[in-house]
Amino acid sequence: MSICWSAIEITINGESASVQVPPMKRLLDVLREDLGLTGTKEGCGEGECGSCSVRMNGELVNSCLVPVLQADGARIETVEGLAIDAELHPLQKAFLECGGAQCGICTPGMLMAATQLLARNPSPSLSEIREGLAGNLCRCTGFMKIFDSVIEAAAMNGEMKNAR
Amino acid sequence: MSASPKTRIVGTAQIRKEGVDKVLGRAKYVDDLEIEGMWYGATVRSSIPRGRITGIHFSPNLPGIDWSEFVVVTAADIPGKNHIQMIAADQPCLAGGMVNHCDEAIVLIAHRDKRRLPAAVSGVRVEYEPFTAVLSIEDSEAQREIIWGDNNVFKQFHLEKGNVDSVWATAEHIVEGEYHTGAQEHLYIENNGVIAEYNEEAGIKVWGSLQCPFYVHKSLMAVFDLPADKVRVIQTETGGAFGGKEDYPSVLASHAGLLAMKARRPIKMVYDRMEDLAATTKRHPSRTRHRTAVDKNGKLLAMEIEIATDGGAYSTLSSTVLSRATLHSTGPYVCPNVRIHSKAWATNTVPYGAFRGFGAPQTIFAIERHMEQVAKAVGIDSTEIRRRNFLHDGDSTATEQIMREPVILDILLERALEESGYHAKRKAFAIENANSAIRRGMGIAAFYHGSGFTGSGERTLNSLAGIDVTVDGRVRVLVSSTEFGQGTNTILTQIAAESLGIPYEDVEMAPPDTGIVPNSGPTVASRTSMVVGKLIERAGRQLIAALRDSAGLGELYSTQDFLTACENHRAIHGTVESLCRYEAPPNIFWDDRAYRGEAYPAFAWAVYVAEVAVDTTTYSAEVTNFYAVQEVGKVLNPTLAAGQIEGGVAQGVGYALYEKVILKNGHMANNQMTNYIMPTAADVPPIAVFFEEIPFEHGAYGAKGIGELPHDGPAPAILNAIQDAIGENFTSIPLQPEDIFVRLAFVNAGEAVEA
Amino acid sequence: MRGDPEAHTLHAGNSLSEVLARLASAPGEWTPLAGGTEVMVAHAAGRLTPGKFISVWGLPELGGIAVSDGSISIGGGVTFGQLRRHELIASEFPLLTRAASWIGSIANQNRATLAGNIVNGSPAADAPPALLVYDAEIELVSSSGRRRMPYADFHIGYKRNQMRPDELVLALHLPRRFTRHAQYLRKVGTRRAMAITKVAIAGAALVEDGVVREIRLGAASLANRPVRLVNTESELLGRPLDSGSSSAALTALRNEVLPIDDIRSTAAYRRQVAVNLLAEFLDELVVTRGVR
Repeated sequence: MSICWSAIEITINGESASVQVPPMKRLLDVLREDLGLTGTKEGCGEGECGSCSVRMNGELVNSCLVPVLQADGARIETVEGLAIDAELHPLQKAFLECGGAQCGICTPGMLMAATQLLARNPSPSLSEIREGLAGNLCRCTGFMKIFDSVIEAAAMNGEMKNAR
Repeated sequence: MSASPKTRIVGTAQIRKEGVDKVLGRAKYVDDLEIEGMWYGATVRSSIPRGRITGIHFSPNLPGIDWSEFVVVTAADIPGKNHIQMIAADQPCLAGGMVNHCDEAIVLIAHRDKRRLPAAVSGVRVEYEPFTAVLSIEDSEAQREIIWGDNNVFKQFHLEKGNVDSVWATAEHIVEGEYHTGAQEHLYIENNGVIAEYNEEAGIKVWGSLQCPFYVHKSLMAVFDLPADKVRVIQTETGGAFGGKEDYPSVLASHAGLLAMKARRPIKMVYDRMEDLAATTKRHPSRTRHRTAVDKNGKLLAMEIEIATDGGAYSTLSSTVLSRATLHSTGPYVCPNVRIHSKAWATNTVPYGAFRGFGAPQTIFAIERHMEQVAKAVGIDSTEIRRRNFLHDGDSTATEQIMREPVILDILLERALEESGYHAKRKAFAIENANSAIRRGMGIAAFYHGSGFTGSGERTLNSLAGIDVTVDGRVRVLVSSTEFGQGTNTILTQIAAESLGIPYEDVEMAPPDTGIVPNSGPTVASRTSMVVGKLIERAGRQLIAALRDSAGLGELYSTQDFLTACENHRAIHGTVESLCRYEAPPNIFWDDRAYRGEAYPAFAWAVYVAEVAVDTTTYSAEVTNFYAVQEVGKVLNPTLAAGQIEGGVAQGVGYALYEKVILKNGHMANNQMTNYIMPTAADVPPIAVFFEEIPFEHGAYGAKGIGELPHDGPAPAILNAIQDAIGENFTSIPLQPEDIFVRLAFVNAGEAVEA
Repeated sequence: MRGDPEAHTLHAGNSLSEVLARLASAPGEWTPLAGGTEVMVAHAAGRLTPGKFISVWGLPELGGIAVSDGSISIGGGVTFGQLRRHELIASEFPLLTRAASWIGSIANQNRATLAGNIVNGSPAADAPPALLVYDAEIELVSSSGRRRMPYADFHIGYKRNQMRPDELVLALHLPRRFTRHAQYLRKVGTRRAMAITKVAIAGAALVEDGVVREIRLGAASLANRPVRLVNTESELLGRPLDSGSSSAALTALRNEVLPIDDIRSTAAYRRQVAVNLLAEFLDELVVTRGVR
């Protein structure tokens, strides 16, 4: 069956982008193939591992489960948008300092989930961190240093606020 | 105990060498890469566990499928040998006549548009004459069907020490037990994948997610009948491995290479999760039987152990996994009389392979569960049975290896008990459990893990590694040891920087490319820090010595001074390169036939404590706290080392309570992440990690191996804790709520309950 | 990715009336697609039959949570993430809030919709037991109008329900009359997060003077669809809350449920755990509401 492709407009990490793609193409594949943003990963294709996590209109979603048509007009944030120029995002700094990334394949999705968590809850408890990251599987770290990284980033943000 | 010399960089928490790219999302894994003109490959796999292929048909009139657009490869297209060169060469690259397991590769297809491939794969119809399949260890042992060799046995070992038979008649207590461990999937978050390129002049070039570039290199030479310099293997950033990318990439690289050869264009083959789960290697299932004699004080008099592993359809790594299983099966204890029979059996299932621990988690589960039952028979507690039997300095093991390095199990045990609050908690739990639906308990496991290859393995590997300095001033570590999260890049550059006396930031890794780096052996067996690191340490010292000797390098120097001296050296010698070859520590004698002598050059030692809660309403067991105490020689990087322990413990928790491979007729029925369950961030217990350090002279800056140790202890500690909590002896993992339910219902009802 | 994106049509639904008109024009040909957390999994697994989908994601008429004196109306397009954040629901319908927090992960909750969870019809679905216990009414809409029915009547068999092919779930209406009820919800899964339900029991009970005046029990994964455990309820309704009625109820439950063996669990386990969960609820009731 040959179907009509759709003209999709999205804002990706603050910049406009347009693509002509089949409407049932996964947002994940549009990001990786059409927009060349390979930071977002596919680990399972079932919405279980979270390595494809991005923020869509400010909400964390698994991009492997979003048909791109439903992202038309949306504001998408991926790992590539976290650092501003040469300045790492506090979460990225914290992951480096605390050892939150080992093999790194879950890291982009984990960073997006952590970004979402801290946006909603700037000083999360450990149990809130566990819940916020429960949709992102990491097979290397056992999660301990990921928790440490989020706590450290939250503290860094707090200091930044206090410094003002 | 010698004091460790002060180090500037080794022993500190340097930032992960490739960490910035990883947190930026810039690190390129194989599926992030593209080559101009690349097509995509897919695999047609067997749907039966055993049989003869009688026909292969390509369905005509499939919507959207024009077979003339596809490249098709079968066994007939293989230019060299149709086998994957591992220890033996019994595994075909592609099934030609017989298939011996479900999901065995039969036909490869490639197309420009990867979206055509799934329908095309479904459109290849294979016909079989099915044979009776052997699907369990017991089936294989029965030898009604011979599916491999002349008796289904890939490998066997027999080890004798002292005279076991002299003891049974007079021992105060004899305790028997049988223990089972299930298969376990690595579940690296990045699936297997490679890109292959082939042309007549250059040969074959492969990029891939892999642990051992030279293993793949060797396999490709055989499949393509090419000399070493016409095969090139490059590791891409690898998203987790755990042993699952030790041998399997040789299979995948061969497949992609064959398609690349026939298609005359680059080919990418990346598995999706369903295919990776179903078709690639997993941990060997095992059965271990113990018969143990102790005196009235619980001192071990004799151990008779029978080990059986399920190797799957082809031998691959089953002999070495069996070896390690055998050598770790007696636990960290003194026992004067030991007999071990072990066999690796063939079954018609996907070949089992390497997985963190490599046989040790299986048999350590057995011995540490068994010691609990021995303690109960004697009437002493879990800590005392261990104290009375621990190895100490100067004691000898089952292979009669004398412990020449310090063994501090007593100290580790005391520390583990103290850090975990073991005694106080057990007292409190005993009271609380009486009135609560939640029953809590504490369990211990004591164990060692041999660092490096067994016996003469390291000598055979004969690793070569070193350091070079390029003309543009880049100081590079030259190894084929790969990074896949465990920290290879970081610790090896730390070691190089330390031994060269320059900053950590000024050293980098040479690309993991068989065309550039020497063969420092595979990245397995907890050998990278200790063995390969030592070569780098020596290479650094060697280079500095040479530069001081004849290139004008002074006592104190900056990086710039160092580089200037390097250029002086280059002017004379043409290159600036310092390579070192493996040197065995003295007193390593290993008799491979009698299985006697120095099994490993060094051991890491550990005592782990698990705290569990069993909910008697839902029959679920959860780990509520975990304490990991270990002696690992010098800790090269505290953040990375703790990260290894935490990650290994989490996998061990999964092995014990969550991860089950469900096979239906030899095919993994739960081959989706929704049905193969690993613990999430909401499930993992708090994991407390403690290190003791006794520097090992022959390891880099005193380091011993660390990567696999943490997967050995959790499962028995957890089931020991469950026994403490509810008084039931479970002998099989994974232990799931349904299993606990059946046992408790049986106990309550006093009669068998249908499971 | 085993699915071919070009094998499927997906149209944006620009308004509810446009979507309903399309559904009515070719009944059964168009499948509504909400958050995609089921359809896209099938798509990636290569199990999605080539078809025509109409997106209902973001339709304002299906969104929104409306509060009136007597009831709360939750639009079929409301996501579980949105549902969780609603304070009145958390306060008066806590079981629904709790169920929402158990759906997949945060990322899945931001896409999974109430209607999708119900219409997909899995017997393991997380929201239905709470909806059953809260006497929810389901409102369906089509281009020929609206109709309501008790949600308890909606599921009629394994993945079969009362909806016509031209209908959508407009809203779920929950009567605001449970603030005095004792409430219970427990889900048993394979792990603490991202777990498909092995067994779940929801309960709401009004106990006055030690007598059970009202009782509702909802269950997941104990039949081929979400069910009210009516036989079990009848052993409790109107009776004093004591060991006799408890015992009768547990026996009734054991006989009423129809669990199966599947890849996740066993029938025997499910049956026993269901009994244990009910016993836990009844014990809580006795402690908090019973007359000794």
